[in-house]
Amino acid sequence: MNQMNNFTKGFIKENPVFVLLLGMCPTLGVTSSAINGLGMGLATTFVLVMANIVVSMVKNFIPDKVRIPSFIVIIATFVTIVELVMKGYLPALFDSLGLFIPLIVVNCVVLGRAEAFASKNNLLSSLIDGLGMGLGFAFALTLLGGVREFLGAGTIFNMTVYPEKYGMLLFILAPGAFIALGYLIAIINHFRKA
Amino acid sequence: MEYIVIIIAAILSNNIVLAQFLGICPFLGVSKKISTAVGMTGAVTFVMTLATIVTYLVQKFVLDPFGLGFLQTISFILIIASLVQLVEIVLKKVSPSLYQALGVFLPLITTNCAILGVAILTIQNDYNLMEGVVYAIASAVGFGVALILFAGLREHLDLINVPKGMKGTPVALIVAGILAMAFMGFAGLV
Repeated sequence: MNQMNNFTKGFIKENPVFVLLLGMCPTLGVTSSAINGLGMGLATTFVLVMANIVVSMVKNFIPDKVRIPSFIVIIATFVTIVELVMKGYLPALFDSLGLFIPLIVVNCVVLGRAEAFASKNNLLSSLIDGLGMGLGFAFALTLLGGVREFLGAGTIFNMTVYPEKYGMLLFILAPGAFIALGYLIAIINHFRKA
Repeated sequence: MEYIVIIIAAILSNNIVLAQFLGICPFLGVSKKISTAVGMTGAVTFVMTLATIVTYLVQKFVLDPFGLGFLQTISFILIIASLVQLVEIVLKKVSPSLYQALGVFLPLITTNCAILGVAILTIQNDYNLMEGVVYAIASAVGFGVALILFAGLREHLDLINVPKGMKGTPVALIVAGILAMAFMGFAGLV
């Protein structure tokens, strides 16, 4: 039961994007379509899970003073793996996510979970925490990407819902990212407090 | 001439925060007061310029000749993290007053994706060292312009009566969206 809670908290109650406001750069930068949001979310989930596993395994060997740099190296290793695998097998997605793949290293969600959770908990809880938080992050990015794609181009996951000429191009462009996320957080705040 | 193009693009039409979404965390985090925004801008300018120079030299003289391009992400983030530490130690000794002003912002900068982003973009855009330095400084100025403008707007937001669910971050994000829209007016300038 406890592990179940640990897993589901990332979705709504402690959602990294909507509630904790972490990892804003990729959230805003890559969500011009639902598929990009999902790709970024899953890439981050992989890094988050693997980094949490390794950090929770080596936590007793790392001196307290150098723990942050060590965590960053661990995270950067997995980011490099994601980068190379995606370049090899999903070149189209790699091109559209571009700069934001190496920038997973500085995503505060990943470092935040390593520092706040994995460095204090055992392997299994860290794995579940990473998975829950990562999927919560992926869920948030996909939702935001879907909303922007729907309002901007009239499609969801590239399936046409209404003709593109009625779409508001603004939502695909940079300002739309800020505005759509602002309204999504406002809606979630409204229901969370009620 | 190309320096002017780089400067105008980095500050206005391709602003690092409002068009490229780099450095959003400090943009939302330290923009509640103009004075902290100015301090953060100073620290970012300093570290961004240094980091771009060092990462450029490492890329050209270590990674490229030995075919170690795949180590770019790891080595750049390590360089930036150690550089921030170094700057902190040096500033503390050499200029305590500057350290007082910038000190609290320095640890935050390691995880500022604008620094790593600009370092990688300098390599990707194939700039030479001088262009890279100009690009880094102009990007930092662009970051500062966006941050300080936004901080000014946010100081006014406190006085306005907004609906309950919109208070705090949501309304700030929408204001940022409108600011980004204003910056879109510069598109096509370069």
